[in-house]
Parts: sequence; C-alpha cells; structure tokens
Amino acid sequence: MSLIRKTAAELASMIAAGEVSSVEVAEAHLDRMAEVEPKVKAFLHVDRETTIEQAQAVDTRLRAGEKLGPLAGVPIAHKDIFTTRDMPTTAASKILEGWRPPYDATVTKRLREAGLVILGKTNLDEFAMGSSTENSAFHPTRNPWDLTKVPGGSSGGSSAAVAAYEAPLSTGTDTGGSIRQPASVTGIVGMKPTYGGSSRYGLIAFASSLDTPGPFARNVLDAALLQEAFSGHDPMDSTSIDAPVPSVVEAARNADVAGMRIGVLKEFGGEGFQPGVLARYNETVQLLESLGAKVVEVSCPSFTVALYAYYLVAPSECSSNLARFDAMRYGLRAGDDGTRSAEEVMALTRAAGFGPEVKRRIMLGTYALSSGYYDAYYGQAQKVRTVISREFEAAYQQVDVLVSPTTPTTAFAIGERVDDPMAMYLADLCTIPSNLAGNAAISVPCGLAEEDGLPVGLQIMAPVLADDRCYRVGAAVEQALESRWGGPLLKEAPSL
Amino acid sequence: MSAITRDEVAHLARLSRLALTGNELDHYATQLDAIIEAVAKVAEVAAEDVPPSSHALPLTNVFRADEVRQSLTPEQALAGAPAVEDDRFRVPRILGEEA
Repeated sequence: MSLIRKTAAELASMIAAGEVSSVEVAEAHLDRMAEVEPKVKAFLHVDRETTIEQAQAVDTRLRAGEKLGPLAGVPIAHKDIFTTRDMPTTAASKILEGWRPPYDATVTKRLREAGLVILGKTNLDEFAMGSSTENSAFHPTRNPWDLTKVPGGSSGGSSAAVAAYEAPLSTGTDTGGSIRQPASVTGIVGMKPTYGGSSRYGLIAFASSLDTPGPFARNVLDAALLQEAFSGHDPMDSTSIDAPVPSVVEAARNADVAGMRIGVLKEFGGEGFQPGVLARYNETVQLLESLGAKVVEVSCPSFTVALYAYYLVAPSECSSNLARFDAMRYGLRAGDDGTRSAEEVMALTRAAGFGPEVKRRIMLGTYALSSGYYDAYYGQAQKVRTVISREFEAAYQQVDVLVSPTTPTTAFAIGERVDDPMAMYLADLCTIPSNLAGNAAISVPCGLAEEDGLPVGLQIMAPVLADDRCYRVGAAVEQALESRWGGPLLKEAPSL
Repeated sequence: MSAITRDEVAHLARLSRLALTGNELDHYATQLDAIIEAVAKVAEVAAEDVPPSSHALPLTNVFRADEVRQSLTPEQALAGAPAVEDDRFRVPRILGEEA
C-alpha cells in the first residue's frame, strides 16, 4: 500500500523502526499534493523546501536516538489561523496577506516538539467565519467526494487535505462546528476538545470564549494521538485548564460501549434534516444498542435556539477581537496618502481588507453590543448560554454521552448558500450547543446518504473534560462499521 | 417593519470603522435585517432569573508567574509594520481631525 494511504500511527511506527524516513513520507505527500491540489485547492501556502528541512531534522533527531512522541516524523496540514514563524499566516484574509508572524502558536510549537512535519497552511473561511470555506479571500476549497460541493468550514482546507490523502492529519479550530461539520461532510474524523483543553495562544482570535483547536484524521486513534500531542495546560493562555485529563488515546483503543448510557437528542432530527442523513444516523444508534449500550431519548428544549444565541455571542466577540486590525502595527494599510487621518485610513483599510461575511459579523456584533440593544440581544444570549449549559448538565445526569447527526444535510453545492447567510448558519445547528457549554464533541463517519452518495457524520457529545468518552464511543462505531463495510468509508470516495 | 434601517447600518459601519459604499449599505441592510429577525428568537427562552454566562469555564483572575522573560526585539516587532520610522510605527495623523 502506498505511503499516503497509511494511517498516522502506521507511518509513525514505520519511521520509528527505520523502514522509511520522515523525508520519504513527506515527499510522498508533497507529490500527492502536486497531483491533486489543482482540483482540491486545500492549501494556501506550501513550501516544499521548508517541509523537507523539517523532515530531515526529525530524521536526524531519531537517528541520534532522541526520544520523540508517538507521531514523530508524520506530516501534517496546519490550518492557516495558527501562527507559524517560518510560513505566512493569513487567516484567509486580505488584511493579513503576506504576514509573517514573529512567533509560533502553542499548537504549532507542540507539533514541532512532537516531531510532526508541517506540509503547509490550509485554507479556511476568513477568520474562521463560515461553514463552507467559500469565505476565504483567496479561493474556495473543493470537497474530494464531489468537486462541485463544499468541504465544510471553516476548517475546510484541513478536512479536504485529509480526505484527499494529501495529509494523514491536520489541525482545525472549532468555534461553532468548524471542525466537526467539515469532518462530517468529507467522511473523516474531527474532534472539538473541551474548551480550555487546547491552547488558544497564537490562534488568531474570532470568538475567544468559544474558539477551540482540535484534530482531523482519517480514523479515531490518529485523531486521539494528535489531540494528545498538542493539548494540555499552557500558561500563555489564561483560559487553559490546569487539570489532569483522562487519556484519549487509551479511550480510542478501548472501543467498548457495553453498559454505556447514550442519549438521543429529541430536538435534532425532524424538519430540515435530509432523509438520507437521518437514515444513517438512526442505523448507527441501533448499532450502538446492539453493541451493548443503553439508548434513551433525552430532551434539551433550548437547543433549538442555541443557533440564535451563538449568532449574537460569536459576532459580539468578533467585533471586539477584530478591532485589532487597525492598519497601524501589522497587516494591510490602505489609503494612507499623507492627507487622511488615522481614523479614515483605518476605515478604508478595513473596508478593503475584510470580506463580506467578516463585515457582516462585525456590524452584527456592534449592533448586539450597542446601548439600547444590549439587554435584548447580547445579554439575553448570555442567559440562554447558561440555560443550555444547565440542560446539558441535566442530560448528563441521565446519560454518559449525547448523540445527534453532526449536520442536518450532506455537503451542499459551492455557491448554493453564499447569498443567504441564515441558510449557511443552519449547517452548524447541531454543533453549536457544545461550543456554548464548552463541552467535548466529535464527528465520526457513519455512512453515505442514499440520495446523493455523500458522507454522513455522527456527533458524540460529552461533558467538560470527558473527551475520552467521545473517543471511546467513536472508536466503537468505527470498528463496527468498518467491519461491516470491509474498510474505512473513505475507500468509497472517487479517485481524484 | 424592518428590524434595522439603512441609516442604522450606516451608523454601525461608522462605529465599526468600515468605509462602506452606498450599494454595500443597501445589501447589508437587507441581510442584517433577516439575521436580526432570526436571532431575536433568543427572547423565546424564559431566562429572567438566570445569570448570564460570558464564558464556559468558571475561571477568575488567572495570573502567570511574574518572571522576566525574553520579549520581541524592536526588529521583530516592527517586521510586519506597514510603515516604520526611527524604530517606531509610523502612523497617519491622529490629532486635528476636527480641522
């Protein structure tokens, strides 16, 4: 089997055993990228030379007998919202085009320390705002399953790169579903860790109380290995959790759901859900029951308004966070002709540098925070956030995990929702509650929808710091389905 | 009745430091109106006695150790600046804007 089809764990053990070098593995992936990138367009920045240098350095460290992590030498695609000293960092925005950060994000630093080799920076919706990667200022990314469809978003470059075998692993960030939704629509695994479980230092901020870095992989174990490699307390992030966490890698190897209590969310599954998505979802719930789990129906009535609370909370935080793009210290400066004031230059720069969705959200957030509207909008949304957290807590009194479809539909067509923001926002209907409550949640592939042959994802949600339960249930589903399918779902994807 | 007028959008654009064109204002007025109408549904949750959450974690006053650490050099800090003069960020005039 060619190197690009192997799992990250397999590649790591081959590299550790000296059967193949990290440079050879990197080259195989760079060759694959050269072949399929014209179609998929998952990356914003690729630099063969820098990648090979990193791989050579890892090979040297390994030959010197240095003890590196369990993913040493494995290549990874890195979302272009994490700062990297040796590569540009743009957040897919014109306002940061060509910017070279003076420091590495904590996630970047930990990838390097673990001996992972960064293949390049992946495309995203500008500042991670979107569900399709069409809001990138540079180009849309295409879904490897069907090049006319979106790869999800905002981490759509990262999901597409892994689904197209351009990388065995990638990083993402999940603010309202930006890891789980793209994983779902490209047939791979994507995990949103507990908020505070992975560091936001060097992650360009969108909504600070929600932004969470997490892994993409083609299987549950690889995702767990990657999460473990970059997670853990970081003194550089004041919202980083300083507490021991259960091993997610052990959980991914456990895959036993016998006796576990699984809650089926009553609120997610009716109107607005594609029949083919619901069919696969219902089968998977039955499968869990056949594996010995106890399935019960659970109701969290306020989850139906979580979407609306999110679209007040996230834009409010974004309008404040993105005020830092003021054309003064870094990034774009437009219209500075020597006669205009700083304020005029600022307004011209932001108009030229931000795309339509970013402008929309900045204004929406400014509105929600305005005096006279604050109580009715941002204030009420914060209260709804409390109600949602309480409903989660009550549900977890009865069950160990909650499940739902990850997204109401399979991948939609490029262009289909760009002019209808509310239709676009609905893609995150099921993923948003876990962000508002800071909980852990994963998406694992659970089959193809009959009507369009596109991947469907199962979302598994767990309480704060119980990330291990997501991996345990995810691994059980993966194991049972793959034995039924005779291999991973991705083998059904058309060759590019 | 619409939730937001074009004039209000123009005011928001000014507050947000976004120099928008007339066409953009029309476009955003329609879209923001639809979004605000939708998000207003948060009012459906009875939450009068519920405390607001600004954050998912119960953390307050997190401090790092007060230790001297290496920081960016002036060259590093200025490397991405749009304009530099005498080791400083050069910016457009900020005073006398009323003139």
